[in-house]
Amino acid sequence: MTNAFDYSRKRIAPAKVIRWTLLALGGIAMVMPIVFMLSTSFKWPHEIYNLKIIPDEPTIENYTYVLEDGRFYQWFWNSLVISTITTISAVLFDSIVGYTLCKFRFRGRMIVFVAILSTLMIPTEMLVIPWYLMAKDFGWLNSYWGIMFPGIMTAFGTFLMKQFFESVPNDFLEAARIDGLNEFQIWWSVAMPLVTPALSALAIFVFLGNWTAFIWPLIVTNDPELYTLPVGLTTFSVEQSVEWELIMTGAALATIPTLIVFLVFQRYIIRGVVMTGIKG
Amino acid sequence: MATVELKKLTKSFGKTEVLHGIDLMVEDGEFVVFVGPSGCGKSTTLRLLAGLDEVTSGQILIGGEVVNNLAPKERNIAMVFQNYAIYPHMTVRKNIGFGLRTAKMPKADKEKRIDEVAEILGMTDLLERRPAQLSGGQRQRVAIGRAMVRNPSVFLFDEPLSNLDAQLRTQMRLEIKKLHQDVGTTIIFVTHDQVEAMTLADRIVIMKDGHIQQVGTPSDVFQNPANMFVAQFIGAPSMNMLEGTVIDEGIQLGAGPVIAHKNQFPVDKITVGIRPSALVPATGGAPTLMAGTIAIVEPLGAESLAYVDINGTMVIATVSGRTPPIVGDVLPLTCPPEDIHFFDTASGKALS
Repeated sequence: MTNAFDYSRKRIAPAKVIRWTLLALGGIAMVMPIVFMLSTSFKWPHEIYNLKIIPDEPTIENYTYVLEDGRFYQWFWNSLVISTITTISAVLFDSIVGYTLCKFRFRGRMIVFVAILSTLMIPTEMLVIPWYLMAKDFGWLNSYWGIMFPGIMTAFGTFLMKQFFESVPNDFLEAARIDGLNEFQIWWSVAMPLVTPALSALAIFVFLGNWTAFIWPLIVTNDPELYTLPVGLTTFSVEQSVEWELIMTGAALATIPTLIVFLVFQRYIIRGVVMTGIKG
Repeated sequence: MATVELKKLTKSFGKTEVLHGIDLMVEDGEFVVFVGPSGCGKSTTLRLLAGLDEVTSGQILIGGEVVNNLAPKERNIAMVFQNYAIYPHMTVRKNIGFGLRTAKMPKADKEKRIDEVAEILGMTDLLERRPAQLSGGQRQRVAIGRAMVRNPSVFLFDEPLSNLDAQLRTQMRLEIKKLHQDVGTTIIFVTHDQVEAMTLADRIVIMKDGHIQQVGTPSDVFQNPANMFVAQFIGAPSMNMLEGTVIDEGIQLGAGPVIAHKNQFPVDKITVGIRPSALVPATGGAPTLMAGTIAIVEPLGAESLAYVDINGTMVIATVSGRTPPIVGDVLPLTCPPEDIHFFDTASGKALS
């Protein structure tokens, strides 16, 4: 009797082999820094330049040290407050501006949109000087607001939300208009729930971006009480040496919230990115 | 309930005028259907009525009050959209009750009203479902329920049945007609389907290129079309149109036959219109109006449509009986004189 599913005869296409090899290499390249971060966080200082993934003498001493250092909690709290407020703000402002640019016809609409989009082409490094001068003039240096203000609204988020709102049929909005809702209520109760995937994706992007932000928080604050996690972790580098094991431990701990956010919302991220692709 | 009046209504988008001075009076409780091909301005008229677009000039009166400058919510109208526009993130109950959000009434009264509407529409069991769990017909019913819940003075329907399959469309058509009979609210209904227009309307408004071509009852526009456009747009299959010239004996058709006619016509070039339903085989001593060879037969069950070639011009005739006529046979045709329509070929207008 012949087995219809004779796997021994099945040939694997060379293209498939190449594809899987490339994907595997890409995956390894992505994962290795994380593996080394975790590995280093469990090593003693004398072992950190040893490239072994499994330490010879694993220790949790680094975690004990970092967690017993009260500064870590302060940095964590600062990052959490700044990332959360910036995320809420960006999600609200980006979506209201994106909605307005998408659903209302007014003179200069395209100019505004292009102006917002064009800011995407300016690298952060170029913006930090005007931001700094502005923060200095307004007395925002060494404050939460000083760290947060460049991120309360994002050009990328506005673009993303505008594209998503394109997929919301105007009939929904007009039906609500006839039912007596004002424009703000229509945006909040009708349009926003229809773009939940985009809102989730944007929230995650903004949260992660702010959680890992380094240059601007480093420049705008010199008060250790206001350091965010990435800035705070650099204090483990001193003139004579860099305490990589502590930096990696802090980084590993800092990854936990982003990992949680990502795992919980990843289906929204994937959906959001796919939909953006279609609309874009 | 309310009357609706349009006075010299125009609408322009930029420099393009799409409505050219519409005048219409819709009586209280009347069911008026706007019908016409795509781009004729029927949906634009409805949107102006709803307050979703601004009027360029002219007036809209609802219940005798000029509403040009009133927001949609202040016009006391409700609209049912082509794609239902029911919110996917809300249950049927919330969708139906959405129109009551801004109404200042106790929550218990709102719930009672939702239940009443759901009962009228036979949706009581579906109130806790979401739109994704409903069929097309059920979704359309939710959209109608949302419109009904506020007790509006006027219902506006914008091609509400065009997304449904043929069977469901017939069923919903009956439900909308029954709804009108039950609630008696003024309804303005837009469609491009002349069958929908004929079956639903108290009066039909036929539009083309931003102009009203004719307003009348279904039988009026069918039997006395004002022009060639209306004659061909209303009725399926379309009216046969045969060009001819006025001679002493009547009208000499380009296809050959002469149609006897005693009256004088003010023009020389005449187009003769005969509905396929009126053009039948000449039997039992009926005078033969024209004769030709059957080219195509479409059996419809109780009757057949025969495409008859009259010297190179194709006309459609109706042959009753379950046995279809045979392609290639010569078929003599007749038509009662009162069912023959005459139009001025140049202007397209009907001649009495």
